[in-house]
Amino acid sequence: MIPVYQGKERRPNGAAFIIAGLLAALGALLLWQGFALPDKGGYAGLGSGGLPKFIGAGLLILSLCHIYTGLKGQRGGPAPVQVVPVLWITAGLLLQLLLLRPMGFAVASGLLFAFTAAGFGKRRFHMTLPIGVALALAIYGVFDQILKLKLPAGLLETLIFGG
Amino acid sequence: MTTFDFLLQGLAVAMDPMILFYALIGVTLGTAVGVLPGIGPALTVALLLPVTYGLDPAGSLIMFAGIYYGGMYGGSTTSILLNTPGESASIVTALEGNKMARAGRGGPALATAAIGSFVAGLLATLALAFLAPYVVKLALIFGPREYFALMMLAFVTVSAAFGDSTLKGLTSLFVGLALALVGIDQLTGQARLSFGVPELLDGVEVTTLAVALFAIGEALFVASQGHMAPETVEAVKGSVWMTRADWARSWKPWLRGTAIGFPIGAMPAGGAEIGTLLSYATEKRLAKNPEEFGHGAIEGVAGPEAANNASAAGTLVPLLTLGLPTSATAAILLAGFQQFGLQPGPMLFATSPQLVWGLIASLLIANVMLLVLNLPMIRLWVKLLTIPKPWLYAGILLFATLGTIGMNPSPVELAMLLIFGSMGFAMRVYGFPIAPVVVGLILGPMAEQQLRRALSISQGDWFTLISTPVAAGILFAAALALIVPMIMRLRGKGAVLAQIAGDED
Repeated sequence: MIPVYQGKERRPNGAAFIIAGLLAALGALLLWQGFALPDKGGYAGLGSGGLPKFIGAGLLILSLCHIYTGLKGQRGGPAPVQVVPVLWITAGLLLQLLLLRPMGFAVASGLLFAFTAAGFGKRRFHMTLPIGVALALAIYGVFDQILKLKLPAGLLETLIFGG
Repeated sequence: MTTFDFLLQGLAVAMDPMILFYALIGVTLGTAVGVLPGIGPALTVALLLPVTYGLDPAGSLIMFAGIYYGGMYGGSTTSILLNTPGESASIVTALEGNKMARAGRGGPALATAAIGSFVAGLLATLALAFLAPYVVKLALIFGPREYFALMMLAFVTVSAAFGDSTLKGLTSLFVGLALALVGIDQLTGQARLSFGVPELLDGVEVTTLAVALFAIGEALFVASQGHMAPETVEAVKGSVWMTRADWARSWKPWLRGTAIGFPIGAMPAGGAEIGTLLSYATEKRLAKNPEEFGHGAIEGVAGPEAANNASAAGTLVPLLTLGLPTSATAAILLAGFQQFGLQPGPMLFATSPQLVWGLIASLLIANVMLLVLNLPMIRLWVKLLTIPKPWLYAGILLFATLGTIGMNPSPVELAMLLIFGSMGFAMRVYGFPIAPVVVGLILGPMAEQQLRRALSISQGDWFTLISTPVAAGILFAAALALIVPMIMRLRGKGAVLAQIAGDED
């Protein structure tokens, strides 16, 4: 659930402009793609490009609305955020993404586990990393070996469960 | 055959030992995730979707529905003992329930929530069984334009009608709709927004999006809030059994809650939260001693909990009969049906009656299982609340990525997980609702198909969309649901709507 934050009144609201910019970029992308598609509307008169154009236009309108509320200075700004824990977890996800193929599921996911725990304040890697790898290995055993889900195997998995 | 015969047939399917086993796994998992803060039924079903590719469709769907029901039971435990609702539909329960727990009456609060959920679940599932055939008959005369109108109504109620800002809700919805466009157009076969990346031709997977927004976004958000003071879990003191007076004060709210919750869930009108709030307000108004409300009135737990479960069952009416999801969990359940090549809707009742009626009958059995799981074993579930946050969220992320890796172990898929996870985090920080994105992603392509089909039939005449009274009426209702809340907010009545914000379940 999302708690409702009553932040300080800020005027004008900078975040609203960033959001508006992102929405406008996405809307423009959709419009461009919508017009780029060859129109095969057929009997409907509305082809593959129709919806991208419509939603792109909708996003542009929403972007304008965000600029308007940003100028007005909305109450209830963003929740105060600590950056370091977020960076820990993001780094863990990135490591898993990069190491999944070369190192296998268990090592990559064990690292994600340890980095997430670090993000929540448990920074003793000599404890969290082995637990994470062991847990990931157990999951690999259950899901890959018993439930036949294809998980990427690395050296560790091949050593323990065989090829 | 009558509904009764179908239901008996369904019970025969549901009594199969393997099916019973699937249901038991479902309700157990559901209760656990309902109890754990930070994960809800939508996420759990999303995580399990890839795992069940190879399993029996009927069993898997029954397991998913069990998770949905179980999540609704388990959520009350967290609200009552921790004052942090495990899922959004239990926010109201926390109001009175937590006060009761602090006053040492946690046992009866848990009992009235569990028994109320049981009564409501049972009655509402029976109502589902008897109502469904009529809705199916109605749905058979629906054409593309009526379906399109219904989907517009669902879009508006999920995104704009409740919550603290129409603009934010609509923004979330349009982001979901934009994501839905990625991939091959189902009508012409043209690739849209895939930019030559082959992985994008399949579109954005509902599972990936849901896991990223709910699990990763939530974990990042909770972590970013720093180390707050440890939450105090109220111990369950004394007996969990209710006294004669508790029973006398509870049974009417149970029935009233069911009567309020079921129709609200059954209409395409958003999630379970509205019913719980209405039920709370009703109980407060009808109570003999309204001054007790706010200090632990048992009616304030019994009514909303019943309404909560009744509307969970109600949500299955549009889902099964029309193929229309009206909450994030229902959207994921729909993805579950599609995974097995089944399209919920009137045809499903004709082509796979065994499956539909087996599912409905299983829900009746699941309710009995949940009562047993939640009353005598409540102390066991409370232990889950004491898992330290680092371990809990590390484990959640491990399982969250497992689902995506198991479905498609490609870096592109994991990169999407990371990008959408960051998006979910930003949305939480700036107070954007999550559910409209998921509903937009799954319902968007369906609405587009219906729209283009309707236009094809009418040879491009847009007035076809309002040419029947039913379609015009539904579109009018959708317009009202969009405009009335905007006016209410402008006139300073927004606080009421903000409270009914439907977020993740």
